[in-house]
Amino acid sequence: MSSTVLFTIIMLSLLGLLAAVILYVVAQKFKVVEDPRIDLVNEVLPGANCGGCGFTGCRAFSEVLVRSDSFEGLNCPVGGSETMGKAAVILDRQPVAVEPKIAVLRCNGTPEHSQRTSNYDGAMNCRVAHALYGGTTACHYGCLGCGDCVTSCKFDAMYMDPVTQLPVIIDDKCVACGACVKACPRNIIELRKRNRKDRKIYISCVNKDKGGPARKACSVACIGCGKCVKVCPYDAITMADNLAFIDSFKCKLCRKCVIECPTGAILEINFPVKEEKPAGHAVTEVN
Amino acid sequence: MFKTFPKGGIHPPENKITADKSVIVLPLPSTVTVPLNQHIGAPATPVVEKGSAVKTGQLIAQAKGFVSANIHSPVSGKVSKIEPVADSTGYKQMSIIIDAEGDEWVETTDRSATLVKEITMTREQIVERCRDCGLVGLGGATFPTHIKMTVPSGKKCDMLIINGVECEPYLTSDHRLMIEKGPEVLTGVTIIMKALGVTQAVIGIEANKPDAISTLAGLSKEFAGISVVALKVKYPQGGEKQLIKACTGREVPSGGLPLDVGVVVQNVGTAFAVYEAVQKNKPLIERVVTVTGKSVSRPGNFLVRIGTPVTTLIEAAGGIPDDTGKVVNGGPMMGKALALTDVPVTKGTSGIILFPEPESRREEMMPCIRCGKCSSACAMGLEPWLLSVLSERAMFEKAETEKITDCMECGACAYTCPAKRPLLDYIRLGKTTVIKMVRERITK
Repeated sequence: MSSTVLFTIIMLSLLGLLAAVILYVVAQKFKVVEDPRIDLVNEVLPGANCGGCGFTGCRAFSEVLVRSDSFEGLNCPVGGSETMGKAAVILDRQPVAVEPKIAVLRCNGTPEHSQRTSNYDGAMNCRVAHALYGGTTACHYGCLGCGDCVTSCKFDAMYMDPVTQLPVIIDDKCVACGACVKACPRNIIELRKRNRKDRKIYISCVNKDKGGPARKACSVACIGCGKCVKVCPYDAITMADNLAFIDSFKCKLCRKCVIECPTGAILEINFPVKEEKPAGHAVTEVN
Repeated sequence: MFKTFPKGGIHPPENKITADKSVIVLPLPSTVTVPLNQHIGAPATPVVEKGSAVKTGQLIAQAKGFVSANIHSPVSGKVSKIEPVADSTGYKQMSIIIDAEGDEWVETTDRSATLVKEITMTREQIVERCRDCGLVGLGGATFPTHIKMTVPSGKKCDMLIINGVECEPYLTSDHRLMIEKGPEVLTGVTIIMKALGVTQAVIGIEANKPDAISTLAGLSKEFAGISVVALKVKYPQGGEKQLIKACTGREVPSGGLPLDVGVVVQNVGTAFAVYEAVQKNKPLIERVVTVTGKSVSRPGNFLVRIGTPVTTLIEAAGGIPDDTGKVVNGGPMMGKALALTDVPVTKGTSGIILFPEPESRREEMMPCIRCGKCSSACAMGLEPWLLSVLSERAMFEKAETEKITDCMECGACAYTCPAKRPLLDYIRLGKTTVIKMVRERITK
């Protein structure tokens, strides 16, 4: 009886030992050496997995950060400089200063400004509508109003305004991940530099038609007259295909172009209402 | 009984209001707008300038590349502008605008009405002529005809099928053409047979056009190798693959072309255009368009020059009725609603249908109840509900394995859907995305 017990114990111990040896050998042979810093960096990232950095998620971005020699061209738009600074400390790299950005909608084709010429009752999806036809107005560059951008936003920073029939971007919530930029089939949404107090000056139009047809389609269209290009003291405005563009990194928010624009296509947002100071003063103040 | 294709299919109300209305020749328009992209493929390049004087039938835009088609002036007069003009989708595309003065034709065209049955040209000359005359498939897809007439080396073609099905409700332009221009159509068929080097041709016509069947069957006795097949009425019988299956029993493999089973399909309208091009040297500058609708006062079939504004055509039919909700370019199943009525007739315009408001409206979308009606309606054996959801959720790789590219966009699924889901809208989106994906993969 006792020999049976003894035999069992010895047998099991031997089996256990054998298994341990196999496990040890396998573990040694197929060992994956992972940089422990990947986990550390991953912890300081926001964890939204929004893809705004251009990689598939926060984990993938941490791997890229650990692998790369410098932070040049790499940025987490959600966390901004703060997060990138923390990552730089962990990895002992030189942090690269990144300008925070914000998404803006470059279309102001409300029913008031742009007359509806047809109704759309197909699937409420911008890509479907875009592939199908030019849109409910005579402008076939403008917003289709089906809200693909709103659906794509993971930060609840957008909603459709039922009156203007245009999406609205909530400045405080927008992290400039760029999901809406990719979702928009008409390339209306643009990421621009985020200024102090979220002040913005931009051409709220993407119509590339000549002046006449553009104006006919929408009263606040950019007609490509070039007045803003001439008045800009900082060479921030360029003209291509009958459409002006303000470089947000060159713009000093002097607001001269806003007054000059004959159609009101240039919008100024979040500026104090009453402030009517000379342009030079505004420059020093904003900077 | 009548032959048909076995899988799927639906029976929408036919509403062939204009079936007994003879083709009316519309007076010449004062100006025509001729878009440079009226066909599948690259847009043509203009060969005239602003201010050039042109004659009817003169070449005004040259085909660019292999898959493209020449464009000829539909009127005589002066080129007033070459600029982007909104087409039937609302998007702008380069167009040549010509102010018409008189109707002076190019000398090379034989404008007499005499029937020329004897074919003197060789195979190569026929294909060459079809290319020069800018012929495209007039069934709606507007694929350049000369390409379909050239059998690539390694492929074998033993049969020509002529599509006289006109399975779309309302449309009657092909129907009228078969009745009124029977001998010309059959001569055209003989010409295409010669170009393809085949000895037999089948004209497929649905049983709801008994007059066309008897006319062509009677006439076909004088033409060697042409037979007429009466088909059971079922949508989408006019689809190339469905028509081949119905007429011959052969099945085109998934992703394949009719030539894989030795068949080429051409529309009756194209056959007539081939006759005019080859025997009369007349380029494709006019076509028959059905203008119809339940409240239209004078619906009819009109022979119009390409580039005529759709508004002119609607006025000829008695103007836009007050209750109109939608103006559709093409058939009610596959056609697209016009964003503007001030657009030109192009080579692919087969009909203009004016729908009363209650009929035109889309009903409110409800959740899918997985009833499977769309799957049983699909003539290609696909699962439309699945393809639609996959496209909606951007799962395009999965959509590709589910054969989304086999969809011919006939709309039978959306028509049968009791939940009124916009199935085809999403499938079309998925299909174009998948085609783009596949193309990128090949170029990589």
